[in-house]
Amino acid sequence: MTDDMAAIFREEVRDLLESLEKGLLDLKARPADMGLVNQVFRDLHTVKGSGAMFGFTELAAFIHEFETVFDRIRAGALAVTPEILRLALAAKDEIPGLVEGLADPEGRRGQILEGLQAVMGGGAVAEDAAEVAEGAGAAGIGAAGPQRLRFRLSGAALAMGARPELVLDELRGLGAEGIIADLADLPPLDRLDPEACAIGWEMDLPAGVTEAQVEDVFLFVDAEWKLTPAPVAAADAAPAAAGVAEAMTIAAPLAGTATDAVAPGSAPAAVAAAAAPAPAARGDQAGATIRVPAERLDALMDSVGELVIVEARLTELARQSRDPALIATAEQITRLAGGLRDATMTMRMVPLRSLVGRFRRLVMDLSDKLGKPVDFVVLGEETELDKTVIEKLADPLVHILRNAIDHGMETQAERAATEKPREGLIELSARHAGAEVLIRLRDDGRGMDVAKIRAKAVAKGLIPADAVLSEAQTFALIFEPGFSTAESVTELSGRGVGMDVVRRTIDSLRGSIEIESKPGLGTSVTLRLPLTLAIIEGLLIEVAGERYTLPMPTVQEIVELPPEKAQARRAGDFLDIRGRFVPFLRLRSLFDCPGQPGAAQNVVIVQSGETRVGIVVDRIVGTNQTVIKQMSKLHAGVRAVSGATILGDGSVALILDVQHLVGMGRLQGEPGQAPKEVAA
Amino acid sequence: MSIHDMHRGGSMTVVTLALGSQTLAIPTDLLREILDPLPVTRVPGAGALVPGVVNVRGSVVPLADLKQALCIPDEGQDDRSRVLVLDVMLGGEAATVAIAADAVHEVATIDAGAIEAVPASAHVWPPEYLSGLFRGAQGFILLPNLEQIFSNLANRPLAVQL
Repeated sequence: MTDDMAAIFREEVRDLLESLEKGLLDLKARPADMGLVNQVFRDLHTVKGSGAMFGFTELAAFIHEFETVFDRIRAGALAVTPEILRLALAAKDEIPGLVEGLADPEGRRGQILEGLQAVMGGGAVAEDAAEVAEGAGAAGIGAAGPQRLRFRLSGAALAMGARPELVLDELRGLGAEGIIADLADLPPLDRLDPEACAIGWEMDLPAGVTEAQVEDVFLFVDAEWKLTPAPVAAADAAPAAAGVAEAMTIAAPLAGTATDAVAPGSAPAAVAAAAAPAPAARGDQAGATIRVPAERLDALMDSVGELVIVEARLTELARQSRDPALIATAEQITRLAGGLRDATMTMRMVPLRSLVGRFRRLVMDLSDKLGKPVDFVVLGEETELDKTVIEKLADPLVHILRNAIDHGMETQAERAATEKPREGLIELSARHAGAEVLIRLRDDGRGMDVAKIRAKAVAKGLIPADAVLSEAQTFALIFEPGFSTAESVTELSGRGVGMDVVRRTIDSLRGSIEIESKPGLGTSVTLRLPLTLAIIEGLLIEVAGERYTLPMPTVQEIVELPPEKAQARRAGDFLDIRGRFVPFLRLRSLFDCPGQPGAAQNVVIVQSGETRVGIVVDRIVGTNQTVIKQMSKLHAGVRAVSGATILGDGSVALILDVQHLVGMGRLQGEPGQAPKEVAA
Repeated sequence: MSIHDMHRGGSMTVVTLALGSQTLAIPTDLLREILDPLPVTRVPGAGALVPGVVNVRGSVVPLADLKQALCIPDEGQDDRSRVLVLDVMLGGEAATVAIAADAVHEVATIDAGAIEAVPASAHVWPPEYLSGLFRGAQGFILLPNLEQIFSNLANRPLAVQL
């Protein structure tokens, strides 16, 4: 086996384990749901099958018992019990170790297997673990007479590691006889592609072998096969078999999706019913999907980024040339580049669901360990984010979730003393809002104690004792390095490291965190994240001949600066936007630009969170596709700039950090300054 | 190759360049390319040491002014001005930075034995920013300690908190 194949297998196992864990956790809530039982069984079956095929015999043997339990449950001989789920989750945790070939010094695997056998009443029949043909097809009904099987490996099957001799061995195990090779398609030697299998095979199979059994043989082999009733006369190698009406052709995709590939109509009803819930549970896996290494997507994104920049340059040049043909071509390129950009970004989008599995498990473990029963509800797990964002989001969410259960949730006794339900509620919800994704983690625990946080922050020297802080500012203190409100440091929530890491991570994703909390009612932590880190729509503005970009999703509206406000004042500047006072910043003075502003200045009203601020600029240049480039460490201290982008003329425009600017505007809008302006 | 390797013998290939009236040498190992002056985008609040960024073949690269770091008086730009793009270590990570040069002279091989320590009395330049110096045809040539210079630049406090 090549390393490539081992990597493919590991990746598959990882996906299957995620699905398996989700299935098991869902079963806890709905133990009678046969769809879930079937899904769990299929996942186990696939792991076992690929494991055996890739030579992980120990793994296959281990899963076999595990699978047998769920087979019994499927058959109605066993009921799902908490004990079975506990064992199953423990067994699932052992699988990565088995895949990596790690030893089991504490004998956990043996205990789990004993446990599983005990659950089944000790009557587990030891079967050959490598035998994969007893799966979905077991319920099938075989044909009455002898049958003829023809198969041919598909184009890339050999290159992907298919071993025809093993397939033939398995078929012999089903009773195949008279196996002959079909060499009709064999090319001359000079045109022979050693990686393509030009040989087909045909053989007789005895009566009683079901299509599902044959399908199991081809589960992990990309092959086309036909099972037909044997002709009365000796088999003819001519392709007449193609005319057989009930012939079933399945181009079995390589593993993963194979268990779902049951052809409608021809499969026995029982199998079809079992497979029915699968498409819903496995989502798009049943369709035509391709696995692509993440680096290739990154490389594609980089190229698209370059393309967008060159396209802007071309458009600029075409406009200057005034050549209609060139302008038309440039417009076409613009359209195509836009389409390519959107398609590439879509490819990188991953649903939040991919993270939720491990959160469920975490909540379950924590709530068991702390004796705090918790109901974990997830809303909007289909919400998609760029894969880079999703990857980086896992750790911060784990931290917040842990805090919610460990610190936020009351003990059972405390809850009993209130009107609250005994079982705590933790709700993870995600939704799109403009070009942002809002991820909110809400609990119905004791809420955060402003006075306590404040006292702690003063004691730790984070704020002076006389600091005047709003509620939101006080809550934000928990993200300061070295802050921890738990009186006793618990094993679970760590030692006050963590929440500051959460904020750093979210900052690095260009996101923000907001906390709301009501004493006795609970806390909600909201993460605002950009949909993507790669390309955004930008509003290009100009100040004193320098151009800057504002992320379009933050822009609310653009107004003219009233002439009476054109000159800078000592006190804060405010605009009256339909009856609401909005503070504004003058980029010219903020950025220390030379010269005087022109007669007409514009104000771009931007919003971050719930706060708005106006930014005074000389001129609006227009909107553009902004490929975000990170600033160097040499400029890390410049908070007002979040990145840079390259414009059509090749010059660099800085991307302004709206969140930071809004923060500055808010400072300006502090009480004490506003009334002066309102009065004026 | 670092200066320390050189003290053990061997030689080093450097490119020599002018900063004001001073001549500097930079190991060619660090040099990615030499470009004609590029339009510089000012980064507000970044200060005079790394005043802006430039577009180097689609990458946004910070442009540092070594004259500021080494206290060399500015004598203005002319048609001999160049931009040198360097690959340096910045806080343990490889990074690309550009430096402005008033002229680029030549590529030379210098012998380890020719390098001298910076005299303790030479208060003209910040001592921690120099690895050594050697004698060229027209006087002293400085070997700047780029890693130290850029690490300090990355950690410098900014005058204006923008």
